[in-house]
Amino acid sequence: MNEELTGAEITIRCLQAEGVDCIFGYPGGAVLFIYDELFKQDKVRHILVRHEQAAVHAADGYARSSNKVGVALVTSGPGVTNAVTGIATAYMDSIPMVVISGQVPTNAIGLDAFQEVDTVGITRPCVKHNFLVNDISELAITIKKAFYIAATGRPGPVLVDIPKDVTQQKMSFTYPEKVSMRSYNPVIRGNLKQVKKAVELILSAQRPVVYTGGGIILSDAAKQLTELVKMLDFPCTNTLMGLGGFPATDRQFIGMLGMHGTYEANMAMQYCDVLIAIGARFDDRVIGNPKHFYNENRKIIHIDIDPSSISKRVKVDIPIVGNVPDVLKELIKLLKSTKEDPDQTALAEWWKQIDLWRERDCLKFDRQSEIIKPQMVVEKLYEITKGDAFVTSDVGQHQMWAAQFYKFDKPRRWINSGGLGTMGFGMPAAMGVQLANPKGKVACITGEASIQMCIQELSTCKQYKLPLKIVNLNNRYMGMVRQWQEFFHGNRYAESYMDALPDFIKLAESYGHVGMRIERPEDVEGALQEAFKLKDQLVFLDFITDQAENVFPMVPGGKGLSEMILV
Amino acid sequence: MENEAGALSRVAGLFSARGYNIESLSVAPTEDPTLSRMTLVTSGSDEVIEQVTKQLNKLIEVVKVIDLSDGNHIERELMLVKVKAVGADRDEIKRLADIFRGCIIDVTDKSYTIEVTGTSSKLDAFLEAIDNSAVLETVRTGASGIGRGDWVLKV
Ligand SMILES: Cc1cc2nc3c(=O)[nH]c(=O)nc-3n(C[C@H](O)[C@H](O)[C@H](O)COP(=O)(O)OP(=O)(O)OC[C@H]3O[C@@H](n4cnc5c(N)ncnc54)[C@H](O)[C@@H]3O)c2cc1C
Ligand SMILES: Cc1ncc(C[n+]2csc(CCOP(=O)(O)OP(=O)(O)O)c2C)c(N)n1
Ligand SMILES: [Mg+2]
Repeated sequence: MNEELTGAEITIRCLQAEGVDCIFGYPGGAVLFIYDELFKQDKVRHILVRHEQAAVHAADGYARSSNKVGVALVTSGPGVTNAVTGIATAYMDSIPMVVISGQVPTNAIGLDAFQEVDTVGITRPCVKHNFLVNDISELAITIKKAFYIAATGRPGPVLVDIPKDVTQQKMSFTYPEKVSMRSYNPVIRGNLKQVKKAVELILSAQRPVVYTGGGIILSDAAKQLTELVKMLDFPCTNTLMGLGGFPATDRQFIGMLGMHGTYEANMAMQYCDVLIAIGARFDDRVIGNPKHFYNENRKIIHIDIDPSSISKRVKVDIPIVGNVPDVLKELIKLLKSTKEDPDQTALAEWWKQIDLWRERDCLKFDRQSEIIKPQMVVEKLYEITKGDAFVTSDVGQHQMWAAQFYKFDKPRRWINSGGLGTMGFGMPAAMGVQLANPKGKVACITGEASIQMCIQELSTCKQYKLPLKIVNLNNRYMGMVRQWQEFFHGNRYAESYMDALPDFIKLAESYGHVGMRIERPEDVEGALQEAFKLKDQLVFLDFITDQAENVFPMVPGGKGLSEMILV
Repeated sequence: MENEAGALSRVAGLFSARGYNIESLSVAPTEDPTLSRMTLVTSGSDEVIEQVTKQLNKLIEVVKVIDLSDGNHIERELMLVKVKAVGADRDEIKRLADIFRGCIIDVTDKSYTIEVTGTSSKLDAFLEAIDNSAVLETVRTGASGIGRGDWVLKV
């Protein structure tokens, strides 16, 4: 007979059994027994955030930078509602995560009890799955299922709602070794017939493009992708979520595509004859107007583990449902075994065309400027960190400049909220990244508006000595909003000016950190260098940047990929 | 799908969140009490139906999705109709119910309650055949469907 444990002890034992070393949370009435058990052990470290949204973003950053499941713990009612933004953020970007929430006791559910919300109902549309644990006998198996569902197939957040009385009840505990669910069996290997068809199409290509996304990062397939692209000598473009999946400094990398993608990537995407899409979901920010995209004829191969990602917005010719690394291994094997090659003359012509597009130099900016150009700050950050930092970002222009100017050669280095576009994500995510990578250099590229959405986390950083480098591209505007107002709303800057900004230096200092204000281009490099020398300290770098700078290229809403606004 | 609390709301939530329409939905446990079977009637272009199917399959509690209209199938819906039935109308309504193979299952001196089963369009036809002003109340279950012949849906 196993020893009898309380539900709270079982919860912690389950986390230990899953190998969880770090969770992010905030206590409250419904989870007090769980906190009590956390207190009594030292295998699972708890990071106390200052707002539940940040707990979830931190767990998210932890997961994105490590490929472990991120874990957050919140109390019932307001704890959960605060967490929802973080959960939805993770859901949109398919991040493996388990959120444990406290709930009022089972006999109080439905009675409008103190701090009761219908957690399962509120979170249902933004989780991969969720559970309400009605009885202690279901607790361990439910947590097991939660980790399994979160990490397999197309990953995503799973929430486990545990009523307070369940954490008090006792039961004998064994952690299930395995779990199988008849209704959940993600596909791994691709259909061989389809892979063969893909090989034929690849061999017939004259103007090919490999377009890859978050699926490469999520499935750790950068190695196989790089091998495939190198052996074919095809051009490769990444989505915002896919950056680092293929080395950005490689000649075959043609940049990010989409709304703020490079000229060459968008043109190649529009005019290719064979498109190989891998772990990317033809997002509206990537394809632009789908009707315009259809103006050109091309054949599309689409590899994705989620059948519903396939032919959702763009109809494809050869769908392959499967796990990217497995499918790519098969594809590479078949390609190697054929004697044929794609038409090399046509490919050379295509590269010539792409190089002409490249000459357009679509990311150029004024390097002589007297005012700090935000692009230049990112470039310098790239140089000083030798391209080896973990970079998180918030949402806005600074996010796009980070994506365009920091060249990611490795996966899991670029951490941002793409699908939901959540301002406030950057700093808490960076905390999670730093905790998952204690030796890593972690920078958060942010804007003066975004950073204020979770600014309270400066306190968490102090408590846990997280030496983040906050790179604030301070343009005194919600720059991305201002840009749209300039382009599409007749320069009427409605509510996009950031008035009454705090003195970020003093603010950082008041939390016990170092603050620097940088106002001249010639001081940028030195400041960054100095900041990274302060290895044990969080440094808040407030760069006063050009207020009028815009992100180019830009595909305006409703326009086609080749209809970019260029500098 | 798994016979679990919440499974139904996931399906309903999916349809409203993604803007698909539900024409009818009927669900009950099967001979295996751990499973429920749902028949859901929807409409849309081929692309929409493909997405609906894929999205339903993605729900963790959904064990299997089949599109019955892909093959031969049988479809039945049950309707109960309470109608005003006085004087000469009583015979007329009885006759009409017979034509549609309906049964009168409750009687008062002013009304009949009629049970009719069939495809949804047959039930519509019955309602059209009855004088509109005579209808006091209707309740319908939504369609249940099953494949024709020896073919069996197994999980
Ligand atoms: C201000 C702003 C501007 C933006 N501008 C751009 C832009 O210019 N360009 C751009 O690209 N994006 C842009 N985005 C991001 C955009 O909104 C989407 O988030 C992004 O394009 C989606 O990337 P993805 O297609 O790689 O899909 P992801 O959301 O990363 O999805 C991953 C795909 O991979 C699949 N997958 C997961 N795991 C596996 C596996 N093991 N095997 C196989 N497949 C798997 C999933 O099923 C899914 O289909 C912008 C966002 C913001 C906030
Ligand atoms: C929570 C949230 N609210 C609103 C928005 C809409 N939005 C997108 S970018 C942006 C402005 C961001 O400003 P800032 O952080 O200063 O970045 P900048 O664009 O100036 O670089 C806003 C308001 C959002 N993405 N997230
Ligand atoms: Mg700004």
